[in-house]
Amino acid sequence: MTFWLPLIVLFSSLVTGLIIFVLPEERSRLRTALNMAGASLKVAGVFLMAWGLLAHDVVYEVRFTMGLGFDFLLKVDLLSLAFVSLSSNLWFLTTLYAVGYLEGSPNRSRFFGFFSLCVTASTGVALAGNLITFFIFYEFLTLVTYPLVVHRGTPKALDAGRTYLWHAVTAGAVLFLAVVWLQVLSGPFDFIPGGALQSMEHLSRSDLTVIFALLIIGLGVKSALVPLHGWLPTAMIAPAPVSALLHAVAVVKAGAFGVMRVIFDVYGKDYASQLGVLDPLALVVVGTILFGSLRALMQEELKRRLAYSTVSQVSYIVLGAVALGPLATVGGLVHLVHQGIMKITLFFCAGILSEFLGIHRIDQMDGVGRRMPVTMALFSLAALGMIGVPPVAGFVSKWHLAQGGIQGGQEWVVAVLVVSSLLNAAYFLPILHACWFKAPAMDFGERNRQERGFITWREAPWTLMLPTLATALFSLAAGVFAGWEWSPLGVAEKIAAGRGGFP
Amino acid sequence: MNQMIWVVLLPFLGSVVCLLVHRKLVFALAMAASLGTLAVAAGLVAHVWEHAGARVELGGWAAPLGIALQLDGLAALFLLLTAVVGVLVGIYAGSFFAQTSELRPMGIHFWPLWLLLWGGLNGVYLCSDAFNAYVLLEISTLAAVGLTVLSGSTASLVAGLRYLLAAMFGSLMYLLGVALLYAGTGQLDFVLLSRSLTPQVHVVTAFGLMVFGLLLKSALLPFHFWLPPAHASAPAPVSAILSALVVKASFFLLLKIWFVVFDSLSGEGPGKMPGQLLGFLGSLAVVWGSFQAVRQWRLKSLIAYSTVGQLGYLFFIFPVLSFSHSPPHEALAWGGTVFHLFSHGLAKASLFLAAGCLLRAMGTDDLHAMRDIAGRMPVITFSLGVAGVSLMGLPPSAGFVAKWMLLRAVLASGQWWWAPVIVLGGLLTAAYVFKILAYTFVPSQGDAVRLQPVSLAMTFVPLALAMLCVLIGFRADEVILLLPAVPGCEMSAGGGGGP
Amino acid sequence: MDLSMVMSTFFLYSLAAMLLVGMGIYGLLTRRHLLRKVMALNVIAGGVFLLLITTAYRNQEHFPDPVPQAMVLTGIVVAISATGFALALVRRIHQRMKDAKTDPFGEKWDRS
Repeated sequence: MTFWLPLIVLFSSLVTGLIIFVLPEERSRLRTALNMAGASLKVAGVFLMAWGLLAHDVVYEVRFTMGLGFDFLLKVDLLSLAFVSLSSNLWFLTTLYAVGYLEGSPNRSRFFGFFSLCVTASTGVALAGNLITFFIFYEFLTLVTYPLVVHRGTPKALDAGRTYLWHAVTAGAVLFLAVVWLQVLSGPFDFIPGGALQSMEHLSRSDLTVIFALLIIGLGVKSALVPLHGWLPTAMIAPAPVSALLHAVAVVKAGAFGVMRVIFDVYGKDYASQLGVLDPLALVVVGTILFGSLRALMQEELKRRLAYSTVSQVSYIVLGAVALGPLATVGGLVHLVHQGIMKITLFFCAGILSEFLGIHRIDQMDGVGRRMPVTMALFSLAALGMIGVPPVAGFVSKWHLAQGGIQGGQEWVVAVLVVSSLLNAAYFLPILHACWFKAPAMDFGERNRQERGFITWREAPWTLMLPTLATALFSLAAGVFAGWEWSPLGVAEKIAAGRGGFP
Repeated sequence: MNQMIWVVLLPFLGSVVCLLVHRKLVFALAMAASLGTLAVAAGLVAHVWEHAGARVELGGWAAPLGIALQLDGLAALFLLLTAVVGVLVGIYAGSFFAQTSELRPMGIHFWPLWLLLWGGLNGVYLCSDAFNAYVLLEISTLAAVGLTVLSGSTASLVAGLRYLLAAMFGSLMYLLGVALLYAGTGQLDFVLLSRSLTPQVHVVTAFGLMVFGLLLKSALLPFHFWLPPAHASAPAPVSAILSALVVKASFFLLLKIWFVVFDSLSGEGPGKMPGQLLGFLGSLAVVWGSFQAVRQWRLKSLIAYSTVGQLGYLFFIFPVLSFSHSPPHEALAWGGTVFHLFSHGLAKASLFLAAGCLLRAMGTDDLHAMRDIAGRMPVITFSLGVAGVSLMGLPPSAGFVAKWMLLRAVLASGQWWWAPVIVLGGLLTAAYVFKILAYTFVPSQGDAVRLQPVSLAMTFVPLALAMLCVLIGFRADEVILLLPAVPGCEMSAGGGGGP
Repeated sequence: MDLSMVMSTFFLYSLAAMLLVGMGIYGLLTRRHLLRKVMALNVIAGGVFLLLITTAYRNQEHFPDPVPQAMVLTGIVVAISATGFALALVRRIHQRMKDAKTDPFGEKWDRS
């Protein structure tokens, strides 16, 4: 099983996706059944892997020689486990959501096919055991998300797709150059906790610095580091489940995850800080956090505001990687999970609002809390979490990041967090105020709901409400039960222990 | 090893038979000849895999007098590529030319010409002397021009004549080089020639003439002018053959001339300059060809210009291997180039055949007309996408493997200045591939073209080619193991080991 | 250098061959008429064959080398078939356009 389990986890969505492509459009029940079966199999596989790794120290490894001077390597360590369990669980929920969201719209076979391939790619990114395998899945991810972004085929969607593609493909090319260059200099190596390059003393420091810069540029586009973030707000045009996927499950996360891999497992945090490459990156990260929040403040469209919020929040993850204190590492790692579940809740809610009430802009949201109390309650919960109000998950991340900053003697981290949290509050609280306390500005008629002819569960079909409820509860639970050994925080502490002397 | 001759003879025989028999039997006989050739080619690859290369002297006459066939790893791979693409294109063509009463008479002429061309190509891969290479290359050229003008449209006639004049001029320059070499050494055999060459004026002139002639025939920028119209105006199966195979034959000969015959000349000192020049022209081709492809609005023109761009990648092997003898990155450069040949051959054939399906279904290959094709012709769109991914050099595909090895070879050789070109070419390729794909996603607003039905064979052959292109990306090992039998490698490594 | 060496048969013949090739290339590049282009190619071919035939007398002292002769024979066959084919194409194009002065190379290169 140590060989087959990672493959099962990877192929559960790949095979599902390929079968779904050839399904005729009308077979929606079969398609849903296949989708959910694949998603369940993946979740079960991931849990089995987690159990094996955490409880029995089983090493899951799949290795093929490619004949190109490197191995195709899938290897499960704690970091990959954190990402893969995030993406598999959220995929399960997002699929459910998408089934309800796209009910009756055209080209669903194509959509769900690429949806599955997209998750396959992000699983591959998570499980990749060396930089080249990582790159292969990273590029695959670009390819399979493009059809999702342009799914509606409108000129706006095509434009967004083009912007996304140019960013991602250019970044891919830069990353490719960096990966090949590194391979030429150092020979093949696998990810090693604590840094693979540390032991190779023949490498010139200037080469490594340039390669680091290229790697970060290549990964920074997907993780939306300013000024490489341009595609993310534009890609908002895609259907809500795709936004959820881009922001929380796959694309942005793959970028941030890649940055962590490079800093922790390729260079090693100590070696990277010796090289002096972390300080410039920290500057970019701080700029991104503040810039993203400021831009979010200016947005009138709900989804665009959420998008800029992602730009800012994802950089917390990278902040955890560049700040020196071990607790900051924990904070960054745990935010990988926390940001995912909170942001996906927000996007699920935004999708429900736009789909059933036609709300796209923030000034339309006045009083919507009375019309959709459950949805807006979940939205509020996640938004408060984003701001960092205890006991929701976001607080745990920010707390650890700030502690790490103090620990590493980098008090500026605390300052950045405080300013950013204030900005977060500034762009989320007015929404909450408007939706709960203002009088409705528009008539939220029943028309959309009846036209679509669903059996609704209070506010929206259960396929939409259930995933939203689940992720919101996760966000709360991750904060409340943070002290539990296997909570995201607990796992993050274990991961950090392997990478940089966490006590 | 006598089956070696059959890989040349079978297509020739098939060609003659197809001319003579009743039209109803043509397809069956042609397919029999194609499958037979595929089987023999596979046998030859297996032979190289197990025993390395082989050499056959026809009729028992030794080299200076007789004609010899030389089989090595590179030739085996070319034979295999040609046979695989040939059989699949054949299946497609059988269905393509049966579509309408206009196309049916073309089908009658397609088979003899294509089998003649195939035999000529296989001959070029196997022949081991400079003059027979000329004759076989001419046979392929004449057959290829015949195929180009198959449709008889004015555009294709003009394109065909332009192709013929350029190709004949190239061949004559090559022949002039051969004549100079023969005048100087009295040898024609590649290996014997390589042993008796000294850097004299007439030898260098001959080198220049032969390389020039072959560059003209393999359409390296700025000698590409004949290619786009010829490839774009031919019927789809013909375009696939021309783009995937025919230009590669001249390139194959160029490899042999450069790395076997003139190895001692091109390897050192003055050899650096021609190497860098070819690399420079290759870079120009990559950038200019891809850029022109981005500007096209007709699908077939776009794919044809893409060929100009993709061929440029093949020429990086010359500068990369020109700085030193048997450098450590030699295997990488060879592997990358051969993989690029494979991936481009399969992907380009797939693209042209898919374009043929679209042309059939829509009645036009204008990109603007491709509304909602992704929804209505999913298999074709998928093939376009997969083949496009391989052209871009993104994983998982043979194109990725090729780019990976080429980029590594370039960086390992210290000639980093080619690396940005390789990367930029990938970006431009992405631009034109997604230009095609983006239009397939545009939903129809009631103004979409009504689609004509496309047969199953025509739908699935492009897919098969595209999938092959992905699958061989996982089998880099075998190709690299086959390649140490490349004559160029042996020659430069061992200074001339016999066959 | 001895004048008789310079003006030897071989030198004379190869000079003539080069001249023919040069004229042919010039014609191919400058003439717009399709028929002239085909003829120019034949002139180049003539030059190449002349050079090949000359080498037959150069390497052998007393009797000619048969290999170049065989090569020239084959070459002539190839050239004839190519020329015939080209002429057929020119005739077709002429029928279509009623004016063979169109120049396939004269169009802008990047137009298809």
